[in-house]
Amino acid sequence: MPFIPHTALDEQEMLGAIGVPNVDALFDEIPGNLRAAPLTEVPAGISEMALKRLMDQRARMDEVDLSFLGAGAYEHHIPAAVWDLVGRGEFMTAYTPYQAEASQGTLQLIYEFQTMMTRLTAMDVANASVYDGATALAEAMLMAVRANKTNKSNRIVVAGNLNPNYRAVCHTIVKNQGLILEVLDYDPITGCLLGSVEAALDDAAALVISYPNFFGGLDDVDYLTDQAASAGALVIGVVNPTALALIKPPGEWGTRGADIAVGEGQPLGIPLASGGPYLGFMCCRQQFVRQMPGRIIGRTVDQTGQPGYTLTLQAREQHIRRGKATSNICTNQGLLVTAATIYMSLLGNEGLRQVALTAHSGINALTDSACQIDGVTARFSGPVFHERVLALPVDASLVVEKMAAHGVLPGLALGDWVIGMDHCLLVNVTETKTAADIDRFARLLAEMIEEVKATC
Amino acid sequence: MLIYEHSRPGRMARAQYVAAEGVSSELADDLGAHARLSALGLPEVSELEVVRHYTNLSSKNFAIDKQFYPLGSCTMKYNPRGAHAVASIPGFLKRHPLAPLANSQGYLSCAYELQNYLKDVTGMQAVSLTPMAGAQGEFAGVAMIRAYHQKRGDNERVEILVPEAAHGTNPATAVMCGFVVREIPVTIEGDVDLEALKAAVGPRTAGLMMTNPSTCGVFERQVQEIAETVHEAGGLLYYDGANLNAILGKVRPGDMGFDVLHMNLHKTFATPHGGGGPGSGPVGVGPRLAPFLPTPTVGRDEDGTYRWLDQNDIPDTIGRLSSFMGNAGILLRAYAYARLLGAEGMNRVGAYATLNANYLATSLEKAGYTLAYPGRRATHEFIVTLSSEAKLQQVTAMDFAKRLLDYGYHAPTTYFPLLVPECLLIEPTETESKAEIDGFVAAMTQIRQEAMTDPTLVTTAPHTLPVTRLDDVKAARDLDLAVKVNA
Repeated sequence: MPFIPHTALDEQEMLGAIGVPNVDALFDEIPGNLRAAPLTEVPAGISEMALKRLMDQRARMDEVDLSFLGAGAYEHHIPAAVWDLVGRGEFMTAYTPYQAEASQGTLQLIYEFQTMMTRLTAMDVANASVYDGATALAEAMLMAVRANKTNKSNRIVVAGNLNPNYRAVCHTIVKNQGLILEVLDYDPITGCLLGSVEAALDDAAALVISYPNFFGGLDDVDYLTDQAASAGALVIGVVNPTALALIKPPGEWGTRGADIAVGEGQPLGIPLASGGPYLGFMCCRQQFVRQMPGRIIGRTVDQTGQPGYTLTLQAREQHIRRGKATSNICTNQGLLVTAATIYMSLLGNEGLRQVALTAHSGINALTDSACQIDGVTARFSGPVFHERVLALPVDASLVVEKMAAHGVLPGLALGDWVIGMDHCLLVNVTETKTAADIDRFARLLAEMIEEVKATC
Repeated sequence: MLIYEHSRPGRMARAQYVAAEGVSSELADDLGAHARLSALGLPEVSELEVVRHYTNLSSKNFAIDKQFYPLGSCTMKYNPRGAHAVASIPGFLKRHPLAPLANSQGYLSCAYELQNYLKDVTGMQAVSLTPMAGAQGEFAGVAMIRAYHQKRGDNERVEILVPEAAHGTNPATAVMCGFVVREIPVTIEGDVDLEALKAAVGPRTAGLMMTNPSTCGVFERQVQEIAETVHEAGGLLYYDGANLNAILGKVRPGDMGFDVLHMNLHKTFATPHGGGGPGSGPVGVGPRLAPFLPTPTVGRDEDGTYRWLDQNDIPDTIGRLSSFMGNAGILLRAYAYARLLGAEGMNRVGAYATLNANYLATSLEKAGYTLAYPGRRATHEFIVTLSSEAKLQQVTAMDFAKRLLDYGYHAPTTYFPLLVPECLLIEPTETESKAEIDGFVAAMTQIRQEAMTDPTLVTTAPHTLPVTRLDDVKAARDLDLAVKVNA
């Protein structure tokens, strides 16, 4: 009711023009026995003011003082200008840019996004994004099976230290097309993949490497990429875009680089917001561009020769190819791409590098403090980017519960995620955490471990 | 001008430097061989340059906030600011998806109630909010159909039937789920050819995907016979919720006999399209498919605590579809929309969407346009065919669409559905006023006149936008998908 502008007079005039007595008569083709009964679950409408009050209350229930949760979604500072611009109606309420002449803003912005993603990953081409990091990986697997002409196989070898949710999502999406996911074990000491993987890659379509891995650690991507190359398998890199300001981009792994790079774009100016909407980015070698799913924007010229931007290579997509399309996807995460593009422009090279460095030094500082607590150790050896697994002397989920009651979310208790990791806590630090925050974390962690010990 | 053309080495938006002093590369010495040595290649610009550049870019877009946007099948209705505002409350924006339940009851209560509202308006038994767009909802629905037949050991059912007028995602989804697609013809009245359907169903039929009202803009009158035919053959019925706005408050897919549906919340529940996403595509199911719902969903324990339901609660689930639990921020906007409308407002959506569409169809017919299905009631949308104009004056539907842009109206959907030649699929939505619709009719009348007297004016349109028609062939042949380094 609140957004329908019709006056009683409008309605009468419109009905008169159509030649029906009332609105109900417009539904006379619908069989009478199908007409819906009144709604029983939807309450009466409320005003915007009442809604705001209700939602303020509910949002308050979920507030915490301080969070060290990561595991695929990271709390970064978002410059004020990002969502001020993204919130403009011209971005927010535009449709998919099918009418290119009326969508040059969105189209050029996506072209700039594609550019930034290829630079950050050191890959040749990028698409306009898919739903999120996990579905980007599922699409990359399907793409690798189509693209690999050396190993014609439906086997994908997946690093065992990949985010378990990513593996689960990929399984849901690719199993119906007959793809088989094989999991490579990781070293229990380092959390990274074990030595030679060449045998496992024999006749596989692709190897999936997570960099950083789910535990925050850094696998030997050069070695793995070269091994995959000699086995004829493509390399799919799952990467964190912030980390790429500091660690080797997938295009530079090994002698030839990764073939496909995907990841979660949320760290680039997108709020945590309970898990979405985020954006999944996808980049690849030039030679595979026609196997890439999703929208792609190209630069061209108009009839007067001036540059313009348009959707291109649409013959890959469902609205043209129907059953023969590369994917059924028909959206990209346009608004989130807008946020990420503005975020990357504002931070620039040095800004993003500082975010990454600050986060990296923060997790190292937190690890040092936490490991001074009796019984707390770093679960895996070797460097990390901005996340690490701490082994606690007690069940980590009990510690999480107690720290949360004090307003601090200390990270993710891994008991429900990885077998045998009941005492492990996955902790993330970003540039948003100060030395005082880390100090508060360490002190509270020490106290709560003692409390848990006392109650056991 | 590209943002890269504003870039100068050493220029910066310094307020965004988190630690201008004291952060040195030595802090990354422990990374050793992992360290990145190459340049990042992002633009180096000032904050004002960024704000001005993207503000200027935004002004090159058409948008609901600026223009009438009668895109058929896309339901471009007003996106309430109030819904956006409440989804942007800091407590919601800052909530981490893996936060403990004790710190999640606010969000979970909204999601749980939204599940119930969606069940109510669709007549389904259970809902999962996790699919992130319509196409993913379709995927979930068809994957559940597959899981259902597999669970029963009914492995011969390898075909999904799709009416030929269907949206392209329907066949693409069926293939993604490992099925073979079989198309069913549509009659000249716009209905599914029931005899052809009866001949097509059998022991190989896994299910039928359709939308009602159909993409022809008419209500499928024989939907109950279609449902019976497919069910008797052992198949299930999938409802593509693309056109749910037409019947909101009037008819429920569950009552029509559908076993599963997806809803496009970015259409029917007024969440913003964002220049091509994000969407949100929750699925609803009847009793047969409830055991297979994608996880997680939200449940409520006896003590009133909300919690996630996962594989432990839904053992036969088709599995997870997203890194976390779907497009939560969009779900909050849809929840807010439902609360603002309430039951009585929800009932008026379909009614006024249909009133507007029928009024617009009648007005265009009076202005000389040819309706594709003149004997039928329009639903929330309808089709105009310009094949006679194309024959007489060589002015195509695309030309009409481009010329409309000059008049400040977004073009309707063109060349869809594929079976109607030179078509415009027009959907005004319930949030447009009579005056706005009258203005659109006046522009269409004018363009029709131009097509008769000065066809070149129409075939070379648009004339007033930032660019004229673009060279799509060049775009695909000389691929330029990113700014070249050093450009």
